[in-house]
Amino acid sequence: MSEVPAVSLRDATLGYGDRILWSGLNLDIERGEFVVVLGPNGSGKTSLLRVLLGLQPLSSGTVRIVGEAPGRGNRRIGYIPQQRAIDAPLRGRDLVGLGLDGHRWGTGLSRIRERREKVDQALADVGAEAFAKAPVARLSGGEQQRLRVAQALVSDPEVLLCDEPLLSLDLANQRVVSSLIDHRRRSADTAVLFVTHEINPVLPLVDRVLYLVDGRFRIGRPDEVMNSETLSELYRAKIDVVRVRGQIHVVGAQSAVCEDQPHHLHEEPA
Amino acid sequence: MDRLFDWDLYGRLFALPYVQAALVAAAILGVLAGVLGPLIVSRNMAFAVHGTSELAFTGGAAALLLGADVGHGALAGAIVAALVLGLLSRRSSDHDSVIGAVLSFGLGVGVLLLWFYPGRAANKFGLLVGQIVGVDFASIALLASCGIGVLLVLLVIYRPLLFASVDPDVAKARGVPVGMLSIVFAVLVGVATALGVQTVGALLVLALMITPAAAAARVTASPLRATVLAVIFAETAALGGFILSLAPGAPVSAFVTGISFLIYLVCWTVGRGRGRVGRTPRLPDAVQLHGGVSG
Repeated sequence: MSEVPAVSLRDATLGYGDRILWSGLNLDIERGEFVVVLGPNGSGKTSLLRVLLGLQPLSSGTVRIVGEAPGRGNRRIGYIPQQRAIDAPLRGRDLVGLGLDGHRWGTGLSRIRERREKVDQALADVGAEAFAKAPVARLSGGEQQRLRVAQALVSDPEVLLCDEPLLSLDLANQRVVSSLIDHRRRSADTAVLFVTHEINPVLPLVDRVLYLVDGRFRIGRPDEVMNSETLSELYRAKIDVVRVRGQIHVVGAQSAVCEDQPHHLHEEPA
Repeated sequence: MDRLFDWDLYGRLFALPYVQAALVAAAILGVLAGVLGPLIVSRNMAFAVHGTSELAFTGGAAALLLGADVGHGALAGAIVAALVLGLLSRRSSDHDSVIGAVLSFGLGVGVLLLWFYPGRAANKFGLLVGQIVGVDFASIALLASCGIGVLLVLLVIYRPLLFASVDPDVAKARGVPVGMLSIVFAVLVGVATALGVQTVGALLVLALMITPAAAAARVTASPLRATVLAVIFAETAALGGFILSLAPGAPVSAFVTGISFLIYLVCWTVGRGRGRVGRTPRLPDAVQLHGGVSG
């Protein structure tokens, strides 16, 4: 089991029509590894997740996830989407329960006790017992996102795919959600692929970075990728990477580099 | 008003076979509407159901003109409509306007077809506002078998369907065939709607398919409890409306819609009151945070 990488991309190319998002991508993610995917909007970060989930075929190359073709092993994959208002009539524990057996046909009545225990445990793991019976629509963004983590972890996944799970959360909740994810990969050896705009909230947890820009990419440890030289090469523009109080700030000529993180502006050296 | 409470008259009415048939029909419809309703509400499909019911009316009218069974015609019309509306993506921003365009055209065609029909006016009126007393035992057989079929399919697909309805992105990521389910669900809704067209009429199907579920959603966030409540509400409206309409010989739909709207108002008031008074006090996120990290 452990020899098979959790995620394996070989010479993978993805494009729509004439536009190539990325090509020649080789990436193996080991169990328990935390890999962050960075890059500007439209660089194909979310498309990479769609490929791994089997929702989008590669243009060429091969991809395996949990040792299977994409789309075949989805029940062994946990998925955390970005926080978005949920308006469906649903309680927190129902949302988590769907992560456990929402994909199964039939009534599931024979396992109802086992289901309750697992859902209770997942809720306890993220500290969500207090609001598990409240309508999801009434919860705060941080509470909803903790339920999302429980929903993804309740099925005991081997790979965790996260699509901007910290977006629109405040700093305290960013820390809660990222440490819950980190705790999971350390305790259960779950591989984590974490798509984000902003590396700083997860910087201490990251093993490797995949940085995508305009079809080019770099893979390596954070200090190997997040430096002025590498990023200048990737962006083909003069980029300065500044470390301030343990955080990484990317300062570039193009506004696209700094994304939608307005606080960068305040911390730019004058 | 005295006639509403004439128990002796009710005794004699309940003995009539066609009244019994109508009661069975209303009961079947109530179960179907109650079970499907919460899913329709979470999928934001109220307008699609409305459109489906209009086109069931068109199918029924076409069958009437061609001399075929009205029930079969309504069924065919509703399923065609459900497939068309189900294939249109829910996400597309012009979904509502497409339904609006299709249903008004379908309704117009239906009116034209009825105008061609040389038969009695009662038949014409019945398709629009309901004619439950016209239900015969052959129709009951169709109704019951369709109803059982819908419930069986629903039993098998319920969990993935709920997942796809309330949380489509994660459902897709977990391998749930979201697109296929939305077509299957549209057909189930089409069948139930067609059955509804014969009893409460095309224009008032919403009273049973939507209102009870919308009322239930006001008072509970649990999908199971919402379904149970919606069935109870839909049965109350369907059976209650029919029984109340019996003695005065008034249109069934007026009573069915009246009762379900009353239930909706009560639930809305209860939900509002609870939202203000009984809302669980929530700690600021920062305070709960510690429990979350160490737990």
